[in-house]
Amino acid sequence: MPVHKMVGLALRYLLLIWIAMIFIFPILFMVVSSLKPDLQLLMDSSSLRAFLPVGDISFNNYTSAFDRAPIFFFIFNSVMITGITIVCSLFLCSLSAFSFVFLTWKGKGVVFAIILATFIVPFETIAIPLLLIVNNLPWIGLEGFKTSWINSYHVQIIPFIADALTIFLFVQYFRDLPKDLVEASRIDGATWFQVYRRVIIPLSGPIVATAAILKFLMMYNNQLLWPIMVVQEETYRPVMLGLQYFFQLNTQWGEIMAYLTIITIPVLLFYLVLQKAFIASIASTGIKG
Amino acid sequence: MPNNKVLAIRRQNFAGWTMALPACLLVFTFLILPFFMAFGLSLTNQRLVSPNPTEFVGFENFQQMLGIGLLTMEPDVDDTGNIKIDQEGNPVYPRVRNFTRNQDDYPQYFKKREWFRIGLPNDKMLVVLAQDVVFMKALFNTLLFALIVCPIQAGFALGLALLINQPLRGINIFRTVYFAPVVISMVVVSLLWRFIYDGQNGLLNALLQMFSLGLFESVDWLGNTATALPAIMAMSIWQGVGFHMVIWLSGLQTIPISHYEVARIEGATRWQTFRFVTWPSLRNTAILVMVIITMQAFTLYPQVQVMTRGGPLDSTQSLVFQAVVRGYEKQDISGGSAISVLLFLLVLSISLFQRYLTREKD
Repeated sequence: MPVHKMVGLALRYLLLIWIAMIFIFPILFMVVSSLKPDLQLLMDSSSLRAFLPVGDISFNNYTSAFDRAPIFFFIFNSVMITGITIVCSLFLCSLSAFSFVFLTWKGKGVVFAIILATFIVPFETIAIPLLLIVNNLPWIGLEGFKTSWINSYHVQIIPFIADALTIFLFVQYFRDLPKDLVEASRIDGATWFQVYRRVIIPLSGPIVATAAILKFLMMYNNQLLWPIMVVQEETYRPVMLGLQYFFQLNTQWGEIMAYLTIITIPVLLFYLVLQKAFIASIASTGIKG
Repeated sequence: MPNNKVLAIRRQNFAGWTMALPACLLVFTFLILPFFMAFGLSLTNQRLVSPNPTEFVGFENFQQMLGIGLLTMEPDVDDTGNIKIDQEGNPVYPRVRNFTRNQDDYPQYFKKREWFRIGLPNDKMLVVLAQDVVFMKALFNTLLFALIVCPIQAGFALGLALLINQPLRGINIFRTVYFAPVVISMVVVSLLWRFIYDGQNGLLNALLQMFSLGLFESVDWLGNTATALPAIMAMSIWQGVGFHMVIWLSGLQTIPISHYEVARIEGATRWQTFRFVTWPSLRNTAILVMVIITMQAFTLYPQVQVMTRGGPLDSTQSLVFQAVVRGYEKQDISGGSAISVLLFLLVLSISLFQRYLTREKD
């Protein structure tokens, strides 16, 4: 290889690595800092030691973070809320998409158009009236009758089950499936639900993965605006709201970094394992409309 | 036979409705209903919990938020007719209070507060008054945030996409790294950067001092009205640029290789290839990227909530943050709804603009 080409190649890699450092270093800093006592943490931040696990390394921040806040509880809440929402969303949204694509019924066109139109309504613009709605909705649960949904799990789950993007992703995917499959099983005497359950869903692996990843990111990562308004009792709080615990009295940055690491590393690992699917899912949100 | 056919259609009608109904009902109750309620509530004085009945107030909420007034002031003059000068040599102006608390002489300025002032020629001073200064700042900051973040983030994302699109060994590793912040919660990112931006022990100050050999003076990035919003912008770009890189990338990959070969045979330089082959094919991707970034920018919230809570001196207020402060913290549902309606109108106008831009080509 000629010299000028080698130099060019080296420069390109240098640029790529330099940019990669901008993205990695803050994350690395978070993880490394979570292992250091506060005093050393603050001293180290004035040198490159900030990015190295050197000095007095321990998991003390983690144990004291667990002492300070019911972290297991928050993680349990977040995982449960996110999990139930994903499962219900996949089921109900794919079911309605199935109906939109394969069945003929009165008013279908209008209903689908209305659902699609909600694309351009960001959650932020409806949060306040929604607060008024859930504040006045009745609920019958294990604890008996309640006149409001405030301070509960379901107030964090039910409003997020159905959304236009998930329905639309399934509709797009179903449209590309061969119609003959449906016709054939109908002639064989299958009910519509059986067609959905036995023919269409087994073919929908990729889109189920995409929709699940998107819902996961939307739910787990964005649990802030809504829980702030509807969950005052810590029993029902998700991880992102649990952060408030660490800003009472004196702020211990080491503990905060430990907490951030705990709630972020699982997502990052998940991403590293499934990175192709993650990136494809995000790219698919760009194709909407 | 016709009876059977009618029956089959009816059955399909029923099956279709039943299957679509649960999801549609949820979308209706938790999306469409609150959406229309926002419009209705913004015209009332509804509170979250109130002993008094709700009243229709027309556009009062919007007048409260958007009311502004312009006040031009002459410098104070002393008995001899000379302009009064303060210790620093600047002319002295009358107090704004004299105008805003005088309902009889200046009803148009009554109860308004100073938003900002601009010096005019001949020592005149233009004072812009607003009914609701905090809201005005929130609106201004949100628009400014969108205006600055949009081109920078889109530009960086395109640069990254072009870098990643090269046939180099191990390029996927870099793609994975550049995209990583996208999967991290904005709440986590905001807290992490709050520490990085810290004025006393922050990493950013330390690094800047190290690289400038001690010349750089520490800045309290989030505690300073001049740097707080730019700091939030920079962090938001860091978090979101990977997302848009991926969208650009999928646009880049739709360009046939043959186009590049033609350019190569014609002897085009690298810039010419980009300018005349790559860029024209990216038109729709460009519009899409811009629209998505603008929409995300309009709904700026977690950064403000976690990092600054609107401060210092309202320099990082945002529309959504104000909607939450009013609608939830002050339990003023109507005020929060009015902000929501304005926010939606902003989003809608961007969306219509996109439609217009992409339709033109057909």
